[in-house]
Amino acid sequence: MTRFEPFAALCMLACTAALADNPSNTATAFNPAVSLILAGNYASLSQDPATFQIAGFIPSGGEIGPGERSFNLGESELTLNANVDPYFFANLTTAVSSDNEIGVEEAYVRTLALPSGLTAKAGRFLSSLGYLNEIHAHAWDFIDQPLAYQAFFGGQLKQDGVQVKWIAPTVTFVELGAETGNGDSFPGTRRNRNGVNGNALFAHIGGDVGNSTSWRAGVSWLDHRAEARTYEDSDSAGAAVVNAFTGKSRTWILDGILKWSPQGNSTQRQLKVQGEYLRRTESGQLAFDTEGLALSDVYRNAQSGWYLQSVYQFRPRWRVGVRYDGMDSGTPRIGLVAGGILGREDFPALRDSSPDRVSTMVDFSPSEFSRLRLQYAWDNSRDGERDRQLFLQYLFGIGAHGAHKF
Amino acid sequence: MLNFIRSAILLLSVIGALPAHAALKVLATTADWAALATELGGDRINVYTATSALQDVHRVEAKPSLVARARSADLVVATGGDLEIGWLPVLLRESGNTRIQPGKPGYFEAVTSLHLLDIPSSVDRAMGDIHPQGNPHVQLDPHNIALIAQALTARLAALDAKNAAFYTERGADFQSRWSQAIDRWETQAAPLKDVRVIVIHRDQTYLLHWLGMKEAGAIEPKPGVPPSAGYLAELVSRMSLNPPRMILRNAYNDSKAVDWLSQRIHTPVVLLPFSVGGTAGAKDLFGLFDDTLNSLLAASQ
Repeated sequence: MTRFEPFAALCMLACTAALADNPSNTATAFNPAVSLILAGNYASLSQDPATFQIAGFIPSGGEIGPGERSFNLGESELTLNANVDPYFFANLTTAVSSDNEIGVEEAYVRTLALPSGLTAKAGRFLSSLGYLNEIHAHAWDFIDQPLAYQAFFGGQLKQDGVQVKWIAPTVTFVELGAETGNGDSFPGTRRNRNGVNGNALFAHIGGDVGNSTSWRAGVSWLDHRAEARTYEDSDSAGAAVVNAFTGKSRTWILDGILKWSPQGNSTQRQLKVQGEYLRRTESGQLAFDTEGLALSDVYRNAQSGWYLQSVYQFRPRWRVGVRYDGMDSGTPRIGLVAGGILGREDFPALRDSSPDRVSTMVDFSPSEFSRLRLQYAWDNSRDGERDRQLFLQYLFGIGAHGAHKF
Repeated sequence: MLNFIRSAILLLSVIGALPAHAALKVLATTADWAALATELGGDRINVYTATSALQDVHRVEAKPSLVARARSADLVVATGGDLEIGWLPVLLRESGNTRIQPGKPGYFEAVTSLHLLDIPSSVDRAMGDIHPQGNPHVQLDPHNIALIAQALTARLAALDAKNAAFYTERGADFQSRWSQAIDRWETQAAPLKDVRVIVIHRDQTYLLHWLGMKEAGAIEPKPGVPPSAGYLAELVSRMSLNPPRMILRNAYNDSKAVDWLSQRIHTPVVLLPFSVGGTAGAKDLFGLFDDTLNSLLAASQ
């Protein structure tokens, strides 16, 4: 590092000179960058959204389903970020919901000065699992998340913990990372114990094919533990019960994305194809009617879901997209059923199902900071009653909006 | 076990020592800065170009291949002035490379050596894609290139001290060839003075300013804002009264709007390379200006 010293001295002189040339308001000079996203939609749904469920999957309790009918104010997302000092960068993203609640989407600090391609993050952050998990809602290509993300993570997996990521010094992009946290985000639960929960490992590789095509592919693994993770269901007589799962939850994700534009110039045309496959194995104890009978026995299930989507920008500012969601609930091994104590019909939320959905969209972006979208979907999440969903959505961003990841 | 540790230490020290012997790795955001770095660094540097002249540098993505290049780069040569704001900050952040972060010697911005044109007195997104620090499309004034070359030579010498003399010598050689070329170009370009042209985006401002050409109109009503039918009709009627000599189109621009306008107002379209590699003739920085001037002169006759 000693060889940089003469230059550092020069830079200090030059920087002081530059500051003197350009007297800015010193009281606000260190203010963080502020970005605000406003979103909203109009929804027309053929089924009552209160009955939404992803058949065969234990409800994740997160932001799932198509939302409510008619006009809806979406989440207003406010982000503040800045470098703390030469060593750390801090970011806060809050979401103000239409029912006047403020939620902390992300609040993390990230290192700036670790050597050898390492970066570490701590706080609350969107996990780097898969592809779509760490993309903020305003940058999605459809108004909602794939069914697989809704069923497996309640929309997006957030970690309250730490992440370490390493980029390999190679010509091909290779990124390896690990995360751990308190495991509070579905499919885990906060456990009153010391130590860690919600361990995740991920690896991504990527590169170019010629001048026009770029790609990224990855594999991720998540190891969570749930303790008395409750969900609402009804028994065979139709009475409401609360059931609870306690045990291990492991998820694998394969993800891939490919972007093509003529000579890499995405101003005119761009084609994007992306897909992910998620598979989760849960094993442990399932308690039935925790507030009444309180029966409990072993439970094991392997479930999967995938989506494949393509978005094509056919002229500047205009894009069309189509997405297919496929889900397989698997056949659970429920000890209470195998032992003859209860019947399968006492667990309607866990019935064997293969929900699917087809979504189409067209969006128009007057500029990089505004987007209007029309989406139509045939949603068979309930596995039986098809929901025809029409959405009109707006997204507007003001302030120092940062660049998006690939 | 001891043997293993010994060989591991040996391996690590070899890996650690590698960069000191290898050529300086330069990541240039545009082909122009790659060409300039090559002029100045010769075989002592290893240059990778993030974009091509056929791409709109405003709209590039921080794609995985670029993150991988940024990870190992010793020096990033960027335009600055927010030109690359849509992708370079995320690229630098994702790279995990502390050497190339803004403020570090491994991060070089061309605009800091220059006085920019079109500095807005106020900034509002209603005005389109305006750049608060001024117009960052600086490469088409060769005097700018000379100033940037001077700063980049100093930066290379500071970063790679043992080759400092080499860079200084090459820098001086480039400056003398470049100033001769500027004299030649300025003599050649004399007939272009006061020639009126139509531009698309205001990214030939420095070229027009250098040659004393006049911007009669722009196809974009505001920077980055595509024209409406009404605006184009108004442009046609305004330009028909006093037709300009030519319409300038950069290699990366779509031809539709300019061809449409060209037919309406009977004015030829001139295809300019805009960046090194934009046309077959623009093989390096000298070629960039030779080709640009040849095309302009041919159209002005």
